[in-house]
Amino acid sequence: MSDKTSGYLDMELLRFTTAGSVDDGKSTLIGRLLYDSKAIFEDQMEAIEISSQKRGDEEVDLALLTDGLRAEREQGITIDVAYRYFATPKRKFIIADTPGHIQYTRNMVTGASTANAALILVDSRNGVIEQTLRHSYIANLLQIPHIIVCINKMDLVDYSEETYNKIKEDYKKVAEKLNIKDVRFIPISAKFGDNVVDASENMDWYKGETLLNLLETIEIVDDRNHQDARFPVQYVIRPQSDEYHDYRGYAGRVASGIFRPGDKVKVLPSGLETTVKSIDTFDGELDMAFPPQSVTLNLTDDIDVSRGDMIVSAENSPKVEQEIEAMICWMNERAMMPRGKYTIKHTSNEARCMVRDVKFKVNVNTLEEVTEDKQVALNDIACITFKSAKPLFVDSYKENRITGSFIMIDEGTNETVAAGMIL
Amino acid sequence: MKEYNINHLRELEAESIFVIREVAAQFENPVMLFSGGKDSIVMFHLARKAFAPAKVPFALMHIDTGHNFPETIQFRDELMEETGTRLIVRYVQESIDQGKVVEETGFDASRNKLQTVTLLDGIEDLQVDCAMGGGRRDEEKARAKERFFSHRDEFGQWDPKNQRPELWNLFNGKKHMGEHFRVFPISNWTEMDVWQYIYLENIKIPNIYFSHERDVFVRNGNLLSVSDFIPMRDTEKVEKRIVRFRTIGDATCTGAVESEANSLEDIIEEVAASRTTERGTRHDDKRSEAAMEDRKKEGYF
Ligand SMILES: Nc1nc2c(ncn2[C@@H]2O[C@H](COP(=O)(O)OP(=O)(O)O)[C@@H](O)[C@H]2O)c(=O)[nH]1
Ligand SMILES: [Mg+2]
Repeated sequence: MSDKTSGYLDMELLRFTTAGSVDDGKSTLIGRLLYDSKAIFEDQMEAIEISSQKRGDEEVDLALLTDGLRAEREQGITIDVAYRYFATPKRKFIIADTPGHIQYTRNMVTGASTANAALILVDSRNGVIEQTLRHSYIANLLQIPHIIVCINKMDLVDYSEETYNKIKEDYKKVAEKLNIKDVRFIPISAKFGDNVVDASENMDWYKGETLLNLLETIEIVDDRNHQDARFPVQYVIRPQSDEYHDYRGYAGRVASGIFRPGDKVKVLPSGLETTVKSIDTFDGELDMAFPPQSVTLNLTDDIDVSRGDMIVSAENSPKVEQEIEAMICWMNERAMMPRGKYTIKHTSNEARCMVRDVKFKVNVNTLEEVTEDKQVALNDIACITFKSAKPLFVDSYKENRITGSFIMIDEGTNETVAAGMIL
Repeated sequence: MKEYNINHLRELEAESIFVIREVAAQFENPVMLFSGGKDSIVMFHLARKAFAPAKVPFALMHIDTGHNFPETIQFRDELMEETGTRLIVRYVQESIDQGKVVEETGFDASRNKLQTVTLLDGIEDLQVDCAMGGGRRDEEKARAKERFFSHRDEFGQWDPKNQRPELWNLFNGKKHMGEHFRVFPISNWTEMDVWQYIYLENIKIPNIYFSHERDVFVRNGNLLSVSDFIPMRDTEKVEKRIVRFRTIGDATCTGAVESEANSLEDIIEEVAASRTTERGTRHDDKRSEAAMEDRKKEGYF
């Protein structure tokens, strides 16, 4: 194997999302990252050059690289979450580019749900504004482990260190208020590339890393929960062949914790205890499994296990509950029905539920809790309680992004109407 | 590498296996679309991994335009035989014979667009409720907006502006009678990831992906393979060149690239150095800026 080939085999995967108000430069920044890291190909560049010319732009608009639908290109806006990819020798990146206008909250929540990091853009001319607060609140609600505040358009404030420091101090107050742990700051110009991939010559006062450098190096492995062994059973494997006549394997993805052969485990909801006999894969047995691996668990005892059940550590179980309190983000044009019935999808489990109460809604611009108005409509964030028709095996979202999250589905339209985070 | 860490390919693999198992669990009659190209070969490999030691619990479906590279069909049949997998083939020629579609005429005629009708008919006849495809979001800008679980109405159409939100790894495959889903297990893979993975896993692929000598002619900057399916203009000349294919689609609209790469290592280095996307060799996407979006709305792969 040549060095060139083997080098690709120890890259890590980092998923990040971008947040900012309309025109703060999100699309331009992503275009810049792709362009400067050479992830844009000639035929793509040619295509956007032609589009830019058609629209009468003087310069090539890098934002066109991410705006994929016809309506978006025509109107110069981003309608929906778009996914972009690029790689450096250290990491492969998946970017969720979310639009900054209407339906903003819904899209940002979607992009944030799988992100390891969030880039929050601030226009250096405007500083920390109400919207910044909102973006930071959502990033924190979705428990994105790392926040990178990109103070953009530094070219329009003469690359002023003073402006940068002022915004940084203002933001630190926000972070404190929201209890955000890991925040970094970078002064950039997305348009001209300062501190995006290459260090800025215009801001020699900035001694920190470039954005790409930071994205390549922030620690992500430790963001996963390696403590609480949780394995939602996704599918039961029963080969119809003589060779594997008695084989019953439980296929799924490790949600959290570590599983090893010999581990004492408990199966929920039955509560029956057994041990892990082996961890099977197509390529043979493993001596351990951890998130986010997809494996098949083989248990010592012949007990009845099916999709929706959860195999957990015998010592440390999730809560088994029917009355649940959660923060939700409403994602549908039709408002939530008071005491409405919905289907909940939680890990591989599914249950009907009834909304009991709306405790409060959050005003995402001021972060105040609103208790007078209980109507939960599109883009609203609210704290609700609901009762499910059968027990769910849950951890709090703060401790576990997988066993702490769920979606709500409208039983009439089948649409996904809300995203939920268990408290 | 750190403890409890896996590389990007293993993480993508785990995600795709999760998605494929989710399909088997949520749908009653899913199929996996198989073209014989590298993406569908990788997707099928992942499906085998997802259910081992059992066989893949669904059939593969090939929409055959009739304009194939013979190497691809031979490869396909050998793979099905070797893995004991059930293959359904639906022919565009049948849709033409039944009068459901009209064959394009002229030099640039292609059956690519006609495939949509054959595919949707196949889905309806066989009561397929989910068709998995090897589409990747990095391929094309309309695909970048695609969900893992993509809902199709009773006409098989995609409504890109009104897609269900998709959060965490919670996939909503609920639908009404007559509707179906398209699921894209390798959504998050790039062309490079696919090649690296083929290399890492030592997956067999059709030999036309590797460098070979072939009779070709130049059209619109593409090198098209000389075959009975493509009428040539008087001005077009047959030449022998050393080429390989970066993608394998319908023979009438898939161009070859000049290349000496005859090992996976060579291909990976070539892809790394390449300055054009693989879709750049696909004639069908060049028809207009929104060509893919339009085809996808109608129900294309
Ligand atoms: N001067 C300057 N303009 C910028 C910078 N970044 C973005 N812009 C411009 O700001 C406008 C909005 O950018 P866009 O990327 O579409 O913002 P989005 O709405 O956040 O995606 C465009 O005209 C960009 O060219 C920057 O760093 N400096
Ligand atoms: Mg934008």
